[in-house]
Amino acid sequence: MIAQPERKIALWHLGVAYTAFLIGTLMGVLQVFIRNDALQLPAWLDYYQILTAHGVLLALIYTTFFIFAFFITGMSKSLGSFGPKVRLFSWIGLWVTLLGTVMATVMIIAGEASVLYTFYAPLKANGFYYVGLALVIVGTWISSFALVGHYMVWRRNNKGQLSPLFAFMTITTIVLWIIACLGVVATVLFQYIPWAFGWTDTINVELSRSLFWYFGHPLVYFWLLPAYIAWYTIVPKLLGVKVFSDSLARLAFVLFILFSIPVGFHHQLTEPGISNFWKFLQVVLTFMVIVPSLMTAFSMFATFEISGRKKGGTGLFGWFKKLPWRDVRFTSIFIAMAFFIPGGAGGIINASFQLNEVVHNTLWIVGHFHITVGTPVAMTFMGLTFWLIPYLTGRRFTKRMQRLGFVQIITWSIGMLLMSTAQHVLGLMGAPRRTAYSGYNDHPQAMEWFEGIISNHVTMAIGGTILFLSAMILMYIVIMTMFVSPKAETPEQMVEFPLAESDMSNTPKWLENWWIWIGIAAALIVIAYAIPLTEMIQHAPPGSKGFITW
Amino acid sequence: MHFHKYEKIWLSFGIVSLIVFLSVVGVSAFSQNHTPSGGMDTIDPEKVNETAPFDNPGVTQLDEDTYQVAIVALAFGYNAPDLRVPAGKEIIFKVTSTDVVHSFTIDNTKVNMMVVPGRITTKSYTFEEPGKYLILCNEYCGTGHHMMSTEIEVY
Repeated sequence: MIAQPERKIALWHLGVAYTAFLIGTLMGVLQVFIRNDALQLPAWLDYYQILTAHGVLLALIYTTFFIFAFFITGMSKSLGSFGPKVRLFSWIGLWVTLLGTVMATVMIIAGEASVLYTFYAPLKANGFYYVGLALVIVGTWISSFALVGHYMVWRRNNKGQLSPLFAFMTITTIVLWIIACLGVVATVLFQYIPWAFGWTDTINVELSRSLFWYFGHPLVYFWLLPAYIAWYTIVPKLLGVKVFSDSLARLAFVLFILFSIPVGFHHQLTEPGISNFWKFLQVVLTFMVIVPSLMTAFSMFATFEISGRKKGGTGLFGWFKKLPWRDVRFTSIFIAMAFFIPGGAGGIINASFQLNEVVHNTLWIVGHFHITVGTPVAMTFMGLTFWLIPYLTGRRFTKRMQRLGFVQIITWSIGMLLMSTAQHVLGLMGAPRRTAYSGYNDHPQAMEWFEGIISNHVTMAIGGTILFLSAMILMYIVIMTMFVSPKAETPEQMVEFPLAESDMSNTPKWLENWWIWIGIAAALIVIAYAIPLTEMIQHAPPGSKGFITW
Repeated sequence: MHFHKYEKIWLSFGIVSLIVFLSVVGVSAFSQNHTPSGGMDTIDPEKVNETAPFDNPGVTQLDEDTYQVAIVALAFGYNAPDLRVPAGKEIIFKVTSTDVVHSFTIDNTKVNMMVVPGRITTKSYTFEEPGKYLILCNEYCGTGHHMMSTEIEVY
């Protein structure tokens, strides 16, 4: 078990994460009923407030707090207890992030910031919404530097040694996060805040969008990499084997640093102000991320097969049956991985330059991120939650809770399958995303979208309702394992942190030379962004005043 | 660093498909002009109504086979009177915004254009089938976002 102070920090993160999860999923289920006209909101609340809260609380807050809880626990487990400074800065990071979250949430509820979590200018929210978001980023940086500090102390005390895989992957994710945030910090500090408080009159819209997406794409890898850490380092332990290949796991991770950042234009393929050459260049760079993704897929299936054969599985697929399907910690993550197969394929479609026109800003995109961040990432986090909370509280993960865990992940899978399939199909037919209701005065073409067996309001509402029930079951498990379940008395009742062994004897040292990877990442970013961003500044049209259209 | 033999096959297969795939997309884009909407033209967002072609929005015939359609997007509608264009002719859409970011999206076609204030988005499209097409905004623009729509008639 890790030291008490770290357990307390991690549990606080989880508490905030699941509070955000509770409110965020409630906002989700409200939307499906507003969209099919089954629910009328009171006058003081509107659909786009709910949508903003749903996006911010789940995609930004739940993920971020959960990720730091996982990192803090794992770093303490693999590198040893934190020193007093690391602890102090982890707490400060938590409080600053929380302060920012509360500030942004208050602005959303007050109706001062119905600008969604992408907050595209010249929609102008209350300045404190942007300050809140900036504090969230600053808070995560403080927490990040605390962990980097802990890692540097370990490196100093273990000169010439490679760090444990978990620590290496955590630092990779943090490096990615810090480089990614530079874009959003630049636009929020130098464009949005001065403009929102009236210190400047106008804003360069296209520049703000580009800086946002410089951040927006690696943001999804900030969610995904912690899930990958679990796939690489936790899953083999649950299967009773070692990490398939330490060096390839590290190589895949550094490739994510390189190819997840200089690619933001693939979110802006149908807009003006960026020439086709730069759009296409970033499309090419986007696709490079397929290489580490394929490496990860290979590693996972190799791990499964090795484990299954070790347990006596024979024949071409006999090993598959030998996997520990009755272990909810494993099955949850396996389902998460399965969802990522169509999720990743959909991502390739979205980024395919001209093909993007077919799906851009349709419900297809909403379906896409519910089967990427909404299931592969979120369900991996759920699978981690099952043991992470009892591990930190020293309580038992009882048989009853394990059964409930199965009910939870199965309902989540069914709900998500229904909802995201409906969204994908509706999107292909042309139904737009982010709309309170999309009948367009019963225009015949719009009516056609909803006439399918899968593509109708009912399927989405059923899916959304099942998802909400599933979320409530998870909340019950969280509260039980956090406060109520009996304390573990005997060693067998103790919940472990399942961290797999990784054989580092063949891992080359240069993989942990950060300056190489940060250097190449910086070069790629300069190549992909320097010229188009300079053009946007030099040939900028007159800027835009702010608009409050809600 | 050791790569398992199967992993080498798997990755080579992946990388080769990647190259093939990107070549198809690239050739289609740059030698057959299948590029998404865009353009580098700028405009003063406060002087849209005085700037050509948006001072006279709607359909203009440029020559025998080409028509230009100028549209001003604003919360929550389109200033685009009399949208009637022929099938089988090249239609060049030019769209800009006087306020926030919108989209100009024609249902059942590949016309899906982001509209950014200060910029002019251009897209060339040829309708095959006559009929009435729904035009809608698919970028969130405020309370009335889901009402923002109009129609184009193809004859």
